[in-house]
Amino acid sequence: MTKLLASREALLMVAIAILLAIIAWRFPAFVVPSNLLAVFNDTSPLILLAIGQMIVILTKCIDLSVAANLALTGMVVSLINIAVPGLPVIFIVLIAIGFGTLLGMFNGILVWKLAIPPIVVTLGTMTIFRGIIFLLTEGKWVNSHEMSDSFKSVPRTDLLGLPILSWIAIAAVILFTIVMTRTSLGRAFYAAGGNPHAATYAGINVGKTQFWAFTISGAIAGLTGYLWVSRFAVAYVDVAGGFELTVVAACVIGGVSIMGGIGTVFGALLGALFLGIIANALPVVNISPFSQMAISGGAIIIAVVLNAQANRSPGRIILKKAEHAT
Amino acid sequence: MNTRSIPDRLQSPLERKVKSWESLLMLVAIGIFVANSFASPYFLNAWNLSDATFNFTEKAMIAFAMALLIISGEIDLSVASIIALASTAMGAAVQMGVGTEGLVLIGLATGLVCGAFNGILVTGLGLPSIVVTIGTMSLFRGISFIILGDQAYRGYPPEFAFFGQGYVWWVISFEFVLFAIIAVIYGVVLHMTNFGRAVYAIGNNPTGALFSGIRVGRVKFILFLLTGLMSGIAAICLTSRLGSTRPSIATGWELEIVTMVVLGGVNILGGSGSIPGVVIAAFVMGLVTFGLGLLNVPGIVMSIVIGALLIGVIALPRLWTMWRTR
Amino acid sequence: MSPSDAPVLSLKKVTKTFPGVRALSEVSIDLYPGKVTALVGENGAGKSTVVKTLTGIYQPDGGEIRVDGAAVQFPTPQSAENAGVTAIHQETVLFDELSVAENIFLGHAPKGRFGLIDIRAMHKGAQEILDGLGAKIDPGTILKELGTANKHLVAISRALSVDARVVIMDEPTAALSHAEIEELYELVDGLKAQGKAILFISHKFDEIFRIADNYTVFRDGQMVGDGAIADVSEAELVKMMVGRDVSQIFPERDRKLGEEVLTVEGYDHPTEFADIGFTLRRGEILGFYGLVGAGRSEFMQALFGTTKPTAGTVHIDGAETTIRSPADAVSHGIVYVPEDRGKQGAIVDLPIFQNVTLPSLKQTSRKGFLKLAEEFKLAREYTERLDLRAASLDTHVGSLSGGNQQKVVIAKWLATEPKVIILDEPTKGIDIGSKAAVHEFMAELAAQGLAVIMVSSEIPEIVGMSDRVIIMREGRIAAELDRQDISPEVLVSHAAGITEATA
Repeated sequence: MTKLLASREALLMVAIAILLAIIAWRFPAFVVPSNLLAVFNDTSPLILLAIGQMIVILTKCIDLSVAANLALTGMVVSLINIAVPGLPVIFIVLIAIGFGTLLGMFNGILVWKLAIPPIVVTLGTMTIFRGIIFLLTEGKWVNSHEMSDSFKSVPRTDLLGLPILSWIAIAAVILFTIVMTRTSLGRAFYAAGGNPHAATYAGINVGKTQFWAFTISGAIAGLTGYLWVSRFAVAYVDVAGGFELTVVAACVIGGVSIMGGIGTVFGALLGALFLGIIANALPVVNISPFSQMAISGGAIIIAVVLNAQANRSPGRIILKKAEHAT
Repeated sequence: MNTRSIPDRLQSPLERKVKSWESLLMLVAIGIFVANSFASPYFLNAWNLSDATFNFTEKAMIAFAMALLIISGEIDLSVASIIALASTAMGAAVQMGVGTEGLVLIGLATGLVCGAFNGILVTGLGLPSIVVTIGTMSLFRGISFIILGDQAYRGYPPEFAFFGQGYVWWVISFEFVLFAIIAVIYGVVLHMTNFGRAVYAIGNNPTGALFSGIRVGRVKFILFLLTGLMSGIAAICLTSRLGSTRPSIATGWELEIVTMVVLGGVNILGGSGSIPGVVIAAFVMGLVTFGLGLLNVPGIVMSIVIGALLIGVIALPRLWTMWRTR
Repeated sequence: MSPSDAPVLSLKKVTKTFPGVRALSEVSIDLYPGKVTALVGENGAGKSTVVKTLTGIYQPDGGEIRVDGAAVQFPTPQSAENAGVTAIHQETVLFDELSVAENIFLGHAPKGRFGLIDIRAMHKGAQEILDGLGAKIDPGTILKELGTANKHLVAISRALSVDARVVIMDEPTAALSHAEIEELYELVDGLKAQGKAILFISHKFDEIFRIADNYTVFRDGQMVGDGAIADVSEAELVKMMVGRDVSQIFPERDRKLGEEVLTVEGYDHPTEFADIGFTLRRGEILGFYGLVGAGRSEFMQALFGTTKPTAGTVHIDGAETTIRSPADAVSHGIVYVPEDRGKQGAIVDLPIFQNVTLPSLKQTSRKGFLKLAEEFKLAREYTERLDLRAASLDTHVGSLSGGNQQKVVIAKWLATEPKVIILDEPTKGIDIGSKAAVHEFMAELAAQGLAVIMVSSEIPEIVGMSDRVIIMREGRIAAELDRQDISPEVLVSHAAGITEATA
């Protein structure tokens, strides 16, 4: 139990509580349940993307193309919606997931089969995906009035007092908690990133595991692409520009080790919520929204310093008194 | 005792050079040059060519320092943000009536401070440079946004315009001369000094270098400092050329700079690469951009080309070996 | 059950080549149910390649693997496991961040409803296997909190968690204490009784004669002999292994000890070692003996400045010195030839001459500018002294054999003209010819007045070379012996922590 309290997640929960307390002290309206639910809903896309990114980072990779994938998939489904307005939303969702999956697989195949460093692959695909949006649209926007009503309404529809967008985020947290802790693939992500050499001996194909991580990240980014453009009812080249860094920030703040092998879905959720609360609180407490970039940058640095301190190994355990086991 | 002597070399240095990546790249550069001169009648014009050099000189200055950093196994993704912060600092100084010399000093100092900040986090605290500089990338530009918001600084003194707009002789710009001088300095440092040797050793095997008595942390710190300094110099040139500062200045440059370095034959995983390679890569990228510009291809499409180039230059040789060993 | 005269698993004329090396050429091995087959050979003879071929990590280039007489292929480690082949690997192939139970069951965890991992069943299974080994480890413990010996027990448990017909053990006793080794022997006997075939790799002859039924000897990737252990003597095995009669000869030398050059007092580290102190004199070879994981290398690296001790002082030539980094150590004349040659010793992708001159660049350069001619000169001088075999001085170190790589590392340090040279397992993984050359050279260095610290796990080497031996156990000095008191029995009993006299 003491172990749980000392964990990163517990520390972060305390930090979030303190953050909320400080905001509530000056602006009590911020912490009323309805507003907190609104903040959660607003943070849902970040939560979704952070889960995907966490899985990728677990395998010692990084996916900088998530925001570009989101923008491209969002544009593709918007264009489909214009072309076939009558297409039921369920198909739009499936197309979004499928298309995002393909983009993720493209990253994954380059990492797996050609062993190109993930940062290079995703820096490259990041610009390529955004460029493709431009080629598709010649830089034009798809606006609210061009989208069908059902296309726009689904994420905002209330279900038991919460918009569907929030429910999707909650479902993803539950689903991926189970996947990561209770399935062979989930544990393989940890093994492949924690000790790739040993993973090979244990019969885990490290490259293939990384491929699946990118695929999952792509699928989530695709789904979020639809949710994003329908929620804001607009699609253009620079949708979610630079958002990949916020996603990485959420992971790092959530205790995901960039060296791989360490991280939890719950941590990613908390990291995203931390940033989401700050983003929503800034206008309330009268701090310019322009300061958000610096704050998330500062948060990344503080988080990575704290992570490193927590994960610093004291050395090999040789002396009897140093060993934990009884 | 046998006096069997081991020869110094089997392959002559010249032979090695002919069979290098740099030679291949040189052929590509010549090919693009020829193709461009056929594609557009405006290409082969001294003033147009001189103008074209501005496409790469500022980026290349940073690319040289980045090349050393990447060879040593680290990376700095915050360079474009350092430009933004340095430019903002100079802009703020202008409002206080600081003269040209003062502005230059402020630009350089800001670069050095940012570089030192990255360097301390990476070498002092032992953090992974990719996360640290993703963090400082947000932090540095974020500070510019806090200071400037959606405003801009203007009113730079007329003499200040020389750095980005001045010509030393006929069509030879000050920036081009600076670029050439910096290229030579970095070439000498990397290829002809003890320091350069240490950079290669660290990049190939940081543990081995440490165990050979190299002060790994100090060398890396100096490299971050140099990258910051070069970003400061680039900020002076760019600000002078544009005559104004916005917080979004030089957005996305980090990608182009990393691409330039990788295209120049530097191994993204560290350990190998050369300055002549980066010089040629700078020309290649400048010529491509200029050529596409003459053909009225929009900027975002060029970014697809750059993204594809980044992946392609690493993927093609690997595909080739895979195909050959099949 | 198949009759015990039919092998369950065989290699038939298996060949495996790597660029430039033929690791295995047409080797055959038969493993019989209920029998322990010892695989014997020097380092580099191809033992590990056999293990990796049998467990699906390497694919043979020729020949075949047979299970129950039928040819099979093991394209993945999983497929070998499915065929009932499991291995305890020499390297730690475990996951620090996962629990003990997950380490044991990774890849074949018990599944419950919806195909999800049944955590309770997994912990129960892990507990049973650990209990069977007599290991007092909680399956829920995160692996990184365990010490070396317990990690090794987890690795053994992992191999036993598969319902295997063939168990491969690659030097399973290297990190275990005396009592734990006895428990392992009992375990092997138990596995035999269950009718499992065991391939036991070891270079400790007492072990082989204690538990093996059959033997197979490898030399340079070839099978040079096999048969029943009952029909062979230790001397015959050694002869097959080495290819000639070898009573390992160590160089004779005059022992002229000079004045004290190094004094270490009270070196402490939070987890790795405690209260290490000794003195070292010019011309002396001081051996450091202990089991794998006794903290010898860890202490040496602290002395060399790569890790920080929490307490302790060092005097060099009588003057108190602070060593905070390897660069400090080198400038004070202490150099370290590490055990992990590829990672710590050499920079394998750089040319030989650049490796040699790396710590001496100040001498070979002018005002920070490289002078290649000087570098080649220095590199030539020292590599020729060590009789290095290489095509040219700008060949990458990685393309050299283990013995020649070691020579490059030693040459690198001699070029700095040190006072104290620390050699960590100096002959591990190098062929017998180079071994003798390294020993000879070590003696020569001592004769020239260099103080030598030799960390070694090989008893003959310790006995044959040392003027004095310090034995470490669990991070502490267990004993210090003078030359006349050094014997294999005394070394082993101190290292394993047996206080009473051994039989």
